[in-house]
Amino acid sequence: MRTADNWAAPASPPADGSASDPETVQQELLRFLEARTRTSWDPDTDLFAAGGQSSLFALELVLHLEKSFGISIRGTDLRLDNFRTVTVMAALVTRLQQQAAGSQHG
Amino acid sequence: MTSTPQPRDRLVVLGAGVMGTGITTLAIGHGVPVTLVDTDREQLVLAEPGIERGLRLAQLMGTLPPAVAIGALLTSTSLEAVADATAVIEAITENAGLKAKALAKASAAVRPGIPLISNTSSIPIDELADSVARPTDLLGTHFMNPPSLIKTVEVIRGAKTGDAAMAAAGSLLTALGRQAVVVKDAPGFVTSRVLHPMINDAVRVVEEGTATIEAVDALMQGCLGHPTGPLRTADLIGLDNLVDSLRVLFERTGDGGCQPCELLLAKVRAGELGRKSGQGFYTYEEDVR
Repeated sequence: MRTADNWAAPASPPADGSASDPETVQQELLRFLEARTRTSWDPDTDLFAAGGQSSLFALELVLHLEKSFGISIRGTDLRLDNFRTVTVMAALVTRLQQQAAGSQHG
Repeated sequence: MTSTPQPRDRLVVLGAGVMGTGITTLAIGHGVPVTLVDTDREQLVLAEPGIERGLRLAQLMGTLPPAVAIGALLTSTSLEAVADATAVIEAITENAGLKAKALAKASAAVRPGIPLISNTSSIPIDELADSVARPTDLLGTHFMNPPSLIKTVEVIRGAKTGDAAMAAAGSLLTALGRQAVVVKDAPGFVTSRVLHPMINDAVRVVEEGTATIEAVDALMQGCLGHPTGPLRTADLIGLDNLVDSLRVLFERTGDGGCQPCELLLAKVRAGELGRKSGQGFYTYEEDVR
């Protein structure tokens, strides 16, 4: 069962519409992964390599990133290679937040 | 090879549960229009976000054909929708009596020559043949879950199934980008006959305290190449569906390994049905069920 102890609270996107710091995104994702898989992960480990996580867990990651960082992952961004490692996911979050901020301000 | 869906294609799927929703997702993702039928309107309402999620999952995993427009989806609470069908897939609860009733109604309304396909994990097709108007049009499939991610489909030819129904079902599966493997009729066919008693044993190993849930799955994945581990697979199948299937197998084969073990039965009694209920051997977020 999920408890307050084993569940990391999702990070909120910055209120000013700016992009989250990639380091902050990484830390949040590592906490989330550890809580969900009961395993510690390195930021550059391929989560979906042989014997790794399932495709349904990949979708869980997509939905978690969208909810936690206020982004929408669509079109060609919605492909497994963007979710293989924590480092790659943090880069995606930062890029999509910057794009959203750019379109709001531009 | 994926053939282009013809404009006249209209697949009717009966039952908006896990498999009916998954087959609908696969079909519209390949551009085939679908009418999804369920007598329970609430189930149809629940199916729509499930289909949306399924399409995203298929896109994420790169299993949708490129540059194919999503097929139109209609929903209906009436079996009259089968009158326009070019193929019917029945995917209701895994219960021989209920399936026979649904197939009898559908076969009375569908045009002769249209394949009537019962999607089942273990019920022999010949047990359903007497309930339909034209047993030559009836055959079985066993799609794995989720259908849009697993390319191979077990196809069951009943003793009375005709060549035309087999050919029509083969064309449909090709249009859906699936690879058919045809087997003879028997309880559990091939995949469930082999897999379900194995999962039952995996649960028994946990019940006896030999290993944790995670350890069983890690060993079966890491040492034997099972894609997700038997207990995660059980959650995906649905523990209630697994118990139903094991009972079908036990009643028809007498194989003691198919008698559902106590931990499995206790989980079903507690409403812990796997991914679809949020809790099985593992816990699931509502968003991804």
